[in-house]
Amino acid sequence: MRVLLVDDEEELVSTLGERLVLRDIEAEWFTSGSAALQRVESGCFDLAILDMKMPKIGGLELREELLAKCPDMKFIFLTGYGSEKDFTSAMAHGNSAVYLVKPVDIELLLDKMQTLLNTSRGDV
Amino acid sequence: MVGLVNLKPSFWDKQERVSAPGASEYLFNYRRIWRLSILLTGVVALVPLIFITLVDYNFTEHAMVSEYLLRTSRTVSNTRRAISFFLTERRSALDFIVHDNGSEELSSPDRLSAILENLKRSFGGGFVDLGLVDAAGKQKTYVGPYGLKDKDYSGQPWFEQVIDRSVYTSDVFLGYRNVPHLVIAVKQSLPDGAFDVLRASIAIEPFEDLLSNLELGGLGDAFIINQKGILQTNSHYHGRVLEKIPLPVPEFSDKTQVFEGENPAGEALFIGYRFIEDTPFILMIVKKKSELMKQWYKTRLELIIFLLVSVSFILAVIIGTVTFMVNKVYAADERRLMALHQMEYSNKMASIGRMAASVAHEINNPLAIINEKAGLIKDIFTIKKEYADDPKLHSQLDSILNSVKRAGKITKRLLTFARNLEATIEPVHLGETIDEVLSFLNKEAEYRSLGIQVDVPADIPMIESDRGKLEQIFLNIINNAFAAMCDGGHLSIQVNRADADAVEVRIRDDGCGIAREDLQRIFEPFFSTKTGQGGTGLGLSITYNLTHEIGGQISVASEIGKGTCFTITLPLKTQPKEGADACACYS
Repeated sequence: MRVLLVDDEEELVSTLGERLVLRDIEAEWFTSGSAALQRVESGCFDLAILDMKMPKIGGLELREELLAKCPDMKFIFLTGYGSEKDFTSAMAHGNSAVYLVKPVDIELLLDKMQTLLNTSRGDV
Repeated sequence: MVGLVNLKPSFWDKQERVSAPGASEYLFNYRRIWRLSILLTGVVALVPLIFITLVDYNFTEHAMVSEYLLRTSRTVSNTRRAISFFLTERRSALDFIVHDNGSEELSSPDRLSAILENLKRSFGGGFVDLGLVDAAGKQKTYVGPYGLKDKDYSGQPWFEQVIDRSVYTSDVFLGYRNVPHLVIAVKQSLPDGAFDVLRASIAIEPFEDLLSNLELGGLGDAFIINQKGILQTNSHYHGRVLEKIPLPVPEFSDKTQVFEGENPAGEALFIGYRFIEDTPFILMIVKKKSELMKQWYKTRLELIIFLLVSVSFILAVIIGTVTFMVNKVYAADERRLMALHQMEYSNKMASIGRMAASVAHEINNPLAIINEKAGLIKDIFTIKKEYADDPKLHSQLDSILNSVKRAGKITKRLLTFARNLEATIEPVHLGETIDEVLSFLNKEAEYRSLGIQVDVPADIPMIESDRGKLEQIFLNIINNAFAAMCDGGHLSIQVNRADADAVEVRIRDDGCGIAREDLQRIFEPFFSTKTGQGGTGLGLSITYNLTHEIGGQISVASEIGKGTCFTITLPLKTQPKEGADACACYS
């Protein structure tokens, strides 16, 4: 599983990345959307975990640009602003996206990642 | 007293409550408007009415007085003519006799007697006797019933007057016969320069007959006086003949005069009089004004009653209309005021919501970092097995992670609260909503040892309602209950099915309770029993409005010292209000 992490909080994104790596997940992390887009030029990821609010390019906008390059990519959005109930807006994007509020329980995150990837494979 | 209280319009006591000027102030002083409107309308309506009535009253009264005076004047004139004619006739007859008969003839008792008989026959009543008096005043011949021959009249006033004037009519006097009568005397000049006087006595009865036959009305009295005010005839109300009348002698006038005067008892009189020419007599007719005006006074009383009834009716209509209109203005003003407060409250809640969301967001990010850092340490320990067996380290890390979870829950609750301030109709589980509200107050309940019991039966369905408004309603009422309870109090929240389309939530506390007189006003805006303790008097009023906005009802029952129970009835489905979501763009 190749996972792309983008969050403008360096401390958060790097720690979360490391935690995923510790679980043998190929994770790469960036603190801006532009850096992430640059990285995607050289190869797609299965899943992206994006912060909703970032300077310059926000999570939803970044998703559009990433999808343009990697149409199969799945998305998990993180935000410190709102609650799971605001998921309705993310649901507009079908089953390809999940919305989680910080702080996220790692087990819940792994579970959502797994569910998303299984859905893409037609397991659900 | 209770009736008066019920009649008191609702705006009556609303003028003194205003404290600080601003949006929360009533626009008008209703009592003043009410008073002013009644005063102005009353003046405009009643002054012309009263003015016209008074003018008409005076005019009519004046016309009636004039009419009565005119009638009196006419009667005086006619009566004077009759009396004057009576005396003139007799005077002329005597004058004729003096010129037609010589002194010797008149000195003859037979001749004089024949003349008296002829006079009586020709003139009817009046002549009593005849006498011839010589220049020395001695009556040398007399014919009549009193035997007055040789009586000396030289000292009597009429004798002196006739010497001067040749013809004289005397006042009424008693004379030698001691009977009231008057004398008409005519001087007869003799060729030798001497003179005789023919004297005739006239009884007063013919005058009295004439006067008593007058139809005067109004306890009227007709009589004759001389110029000293001595009655020359008997009168009904002013004394007997030769007595002095109790009225002043009128001033001389050669015409008939009428005027308003009064008697010594203070009664108003219409007085008419006329001096009778060539006599010492004044004819007077006196009528009592109160008797004559009796009919007018009756009409006047009816007029006053009619005026009072009209004025009362007009005033009642004015007061009723003004009260109705001012009440309408007051109701509109109160609606405006309530809308302003609702808006103020909504803005405040929106600000609180924005602040809560902002705080939650700001805390969530560092919280997420702590979460990940602690998680990473735990991962390292767990996955790399290096410190896997150190339970103390694990328990410390779990403690950090649990604390983060707890903090996360709080921020999520804040975010949910902020989000719920948007007006949206959604399926709501009442139990969850009540729990959510209580979660804000749990700590306080714990500190104060308040027992909280929530009973939501399993068969209570989800209702379609505005979660945010429900939370505010519950929060306001539970907050009030907390304030009313002493430490260790009990709060019970019971949800029941009210009917097929509604559920009811009973929130009961065992606090201090609400006084009966306050209970009726508890949902009124600005009514507070916590004045001076930070109470705005708006909490329950806003709660009441919020409940109605979501189609519910709220009622309250309370007993001092025992507690209070609020019952909120909620429909299973709330119809969204048109335009209610127009500003629900919060994200």
